[in-house]
Amino acid sequence: MGVEQKLANMGVVTTTLESVINWSRTGSMWPMLFGLACCAIEMMSAQASSFDMSRFGMELMRPSPRQSDLMIVAGRVSKKMGPVLRRLYDQMPEPKWVIAMGDCASCGGVFNNYAIFQGVDEVVPVDVYVAGCPPRPEALIHGALTLHEKVRGTKLTAPAAK
Amino acid sequence: MDHKLELIVQSMQAEFGARVEEFRGETHIFVEAPRIVEALTALRDTHDFKLLSAMTAVDYWPQESPRFHVVYQLTSVTKNASIQARVAVGGEQPELPTASGVFASANWREREVFDMFGIRFAGHPDPRRILMPTDYEGHPLRKDHPLGYEEPQFTFNFDEIRLAKPSPKE
Repeated sequence: MGVEQKLANMGVVTTTLESVINWSRTGSMWPMLFGLACCAIEMMSAQASSFDMSRFGMELMRPSPRQSDLMIVAGRVSKKMGPVLRRLYDQMPEPKWVIAMGDCASCGGVFNNYAIFQGVDEVVPVDVYVAGCPPRPEALIHGALTLHEKVRGTKLTAPAAK
Repeated sequence: MDHKLELIVQSMQAEFGARVEEFRGETHIFVEAPRIVEALTALRDTHDFKLLSAMTAVDYWPQESPRFHVVYQLTSVTKNASIQARVAVGGEQPELPTASGVFASANWREREVFDMFGIRFAGHPDPRRILMPTDYEGHPLRKDHPLGYEEPQFTFNFDEIRLAKPSPKE
């Protein structure tokens, strides 16, 4: 057989650096605890025992942006909250991703008024939008898995992982 | 009218020339703007309305002139009664004397009324905005303030709105 078979018999696996890095990034993507409104309840539910996001290595909601990889914006972002959100995003270490959870974070939802950002993508770059008002935990988990798929397709040579 | 309020209303009418209106069992006393602090003091001390349970404003633009009514909802715990004092203000720079010396809780409520309606309170100890960002322009609960800022995105105007939308700087 070929060299791969021989190496496998010796307990060695050959792969690309890119796929190993992307695999490790999806394997322990720690979300930041950032609930803003009712979507946060569904986010907690997705964390808790009946849905259990720790199946996908996301068991730790970090209270500090410096320890987290993923920002789940759960709820509507008011104009006054915008600078805070941006600051937290800037404090997260690279690589970082953002999920806009729910209609309000995605496009303003029912709040088309003076006080609410019409989508959090006006403040931070968003990777995955999850629809629903609020989305069920399954939908959030689907959004997270969609993000994992995106991360697995990331090229190391690309200038930025966006 | 609630019989507990009759004497109070009569005394307020005699002292301040207040106009009285009733709406669905609520009594409104209209007081002239310069005498509002005096009237609130009289309601607090003479008539035992010690609690300012709500303070807000209403914008009647464009039906009425002057356009704003500033509303002081007072409650008397001892008499189990409530009464509403109202002041009509208008003009380019609507202004009232502050009631924060009479009711301490009026401090933040006057800040809210200033923030939302742009009514200034002369002599207020801390006349800043309370809800909106400090650099916000305009007063959002005025009826002539624009309601929202983005058109809903449909298929026919999708690109137009996408191009106009602000995006974050990387």
